[in-house]
Amino acid sequence: MRRTARGIAVLATATLALSVAACGGEDDQAAEEQPAVDPASLTAELTWWDTSDPKNEGPAFQELIAKFNQTYPNVKINYQSVPFGEAQNKFKTAAQANSGAPDILRAEVAWVPEFASLGYLYALDGSELLADESDFLETPLASNKFDGKTYGVPQVTDSLALMYNKELLSEAGISAPPKTWAELKTAAQTVQEKTDAEGVYINPAGYFLLPFMYGEGGDLVDTASKKIVIDSEQNAAGLAIAKDLIDSGAAVKPSANDAYGTMMTLFKEKKVAMIINGPWEVNNVQQAPDFGGLENLGIAPVPGGSAKAGGPVGGHNYVIWSGMPQEKVDAAVAFVKFMSSAESQAFLSEKLGLLPTRTSAYELDAVKNNPVVAAFQPVVEAGVGRPWIPEAGQFFGPLDQMATEVLIQNKDPKAALDTVAKKYKAEVVPSYEN
Amino acid sequence: MTTVTAEPAPPSTPSGRSARPSRLRRSWDKHWYAWAMVLPVVIVLAVLIFYPLFRGIWLSFTNLNEANQVAEICTKSITGSEVCAENPNRWEFVGLDNYVRVLTGEVGEFWQWTGTTLIWTFVCVAFHFGLGLGLATMLNRPMRFRSLYRVLLVLPWAVPAFVSAFAWKFIFNERFGLANALLSAVGIDPVSWFADRWTALLTAIVTNIWLGVPFMMVALLGGMQTIPSELYEAAEIDGASAWQRFKNITLPGLRPVSMTVILLGTIWTFNMFPIIFLVTEGQPAGQSEILVTGAYRAAFEGIRNYSLASTYGVLILSILLVFSVFYRRALRKQGEVW
Repeated sequence: MRRTARGIAVLATATLALSVAACGGEDDQAAEEQPAVDPASLTAELTWWDTSDPKNEGPAFQELIAKFNQTYPNVKINYQSVPFGEAQNKFKTAAQANSGAPDILRAEVAWVPEFASLGYLYALDGSELLADESDFLETPLASNKFDGKTYGVPQVTDSLALMYNKELLSEAGISAPPKTWAELKTAAQTVQEKTDAEGVYINPAGYFLLPFMYGEGGDLVDTASKKIVIDSEQNAAGLAIAKDLIDSGAAVKPSANDAYGTMMTLFKEKKVAMIINGPWEVNNVQQAPDFGGLENLGIAPVPGGSAKAGGPVGGHNYVIWSGMPQEKVDAAVAFVKFMSSAESQAFLSEKLGLLPTRTSAYELDAVKNNPVVAAFQPVVEAGVGRPWIPEAGQFFGPLDQMATEVLIQNKDPKAALDTVAKKYKAEVVPSYEN
Repeated sequence: MTTVTAEPAPPSTPSGRSARPSRLRRSWDKHWYAWAMVLPVVIVLAVLIFYPLFRGIWLSFTNLNEANQVAEICTKSITGSEVCAENPNRWEFVGLDNYVRVLTGEVGEFWQWTGTTLIWTFVCVAFHFGLGLGLATMLNRPMRFRSLYRVLLVLPWAVPAFVSAFAWKFIFNERFGLANALLSAVGIDPVSWFADRWTALLTAIVTNIWLGVPFMMVALLGGMQTIPSELYEAAEIDGASAWQRFKNITLPGLRPVSMTVILLGTIWTFNMFPIIFLVTEGQPAGQSEILVTGAYRAAFEGIRNYSLASTYGVLILSILLVFSVFYRRALRKQGEVW
């Protein structure tokens, strides 16, 4: 069947070639050839840069690769663990030099538009990978689009949530996790009065303050009208709430350096009852010797402000480097397809509590019965998409500075935000209106 | 060609004209071997130093960055086609724009970084030299376990800088660090080291002093051992006190060494990247950033800005050049041949 279909296509292109330009015909042919591959006949060697935590998450990904090789015995995957913090620069250096870049990369959501704008990625439109595009959750998939094309496939999604120590909260007599920032403040103060622990730790970094800004209806930029809206009254109001948590003593006074590590250590040692963080830390908290495992870990959507409740959408995507030779395409597609399939995603969420990006994965038992995923599902549904533009990664430098200034050095939120807006205009998105 | 063959060569040219080529030729004939010997060095210098230097200066007059460096951006499709589109914002020559933007503070915090760099360099080098001199003097006399002390004092130098940077960073950790534990033990409130510009800078300076003293100590100790011992003996006979001997023999005797190590130390400390980058991370809010770390963050975070990086590079180079010129002039005034 397939063979005759291909034959007809070849014939058709041959006749077409008489009247139409030859390159159009070749395109048809390539598209026709792709699906017709037998798993065992695929032979290739692919390098994959995994940026997940090598200790907590890496082994599960390697197990998946072993499973992949059961179906595709001749596709060798060179698994390389690359630290998350270095991967972006490393990939760009290698891709630009046209050597040493991995065939497949696990890219953070904000990296994809940047890489795509530089021409470092294969556009995946028309391949098997996007055949069931509608199955992917909309917000995570949106991060892969640039200029009307799709450059990646979502691997996991995440968003910030309120993580709390159940034991400490019940000791303080709090039955349900706080739903608004005001409730959070009272809850934190109650914890402080009634237990030995402190109430809440707010990480003074731009990303972790986004829920406060979103809560009042603010955002960083408006990509549709090309406007910088970081210096809005809503954002200032959101920051004022965060600042008040610290000034009133409900939240721990954060340190300017290493605040994230301090936050996690305090939470794992039960010295602080609540933090705002994402699913990537679930495994870490679960394994902490004194914490009390998953039973003691409560997960709730981030508290809301006057407008809504929501955290920024994060996560990771699979992308394919455009410098990879064309003959490896079939193998790479097969690998990414396998890794992003509903079954693989279910396996990862069962092992690590990571959140699938396919609607169909949430139907599978392994996901449905997973308490962590169940707890995070409303969190992800409330997630707010970030501006998916190539410059998106640069938004956080000025934002982090602002966070330190406001939360640690007592600078006025509005004044700090005005400085951020000026930096965005001068350094990040000069074409945007302020 | 034709004119040359058509006209017979003049039998004799004015002597002044013919002397030059022949002198060059004679020099070449005589010294070609020397030129050939110099050539590899010239080539290596050209490739490793002059080309990057001039290219860097040239880049600082453009707006080249990662996104606009290629003429056309090609997007490969997984189905085999490739679409190339002309880069709408191709890089171009922008004259002094980068310098204006940096110096007026539109981009980055050049003046604040420069101020911090100067404070950082001055304090670090002063302590390096002072402590190094003190330790060298103590070690420059017979005592028990002298070689053991020397080894112990050189140890910080042997540890990779990033390891000590992380260790010191942890010592100053506000919640779990040793520094605050000690302060609490003697009844002083813990300090939020990284919440204030000056205390943050202090942590980095302490780290760098710890790292830099061994070099000064070893260099000065070497210098001290070249001072003839007769001078000390003569001074002792004349009844000079220890302080007088130190002031009038050791210090002047050390001058050639100390002037060189101070110059080196200044240049190294000025460009000391890892300590600030790893210990304070520029906290709080970028206020403890020095020029090199600030320039790195400005140029290499997000879409890399090569032209801005070059601009900072040229500015840093100019500052150091000016410093070296004045330093050399000061040395020459003191009759030092360097």
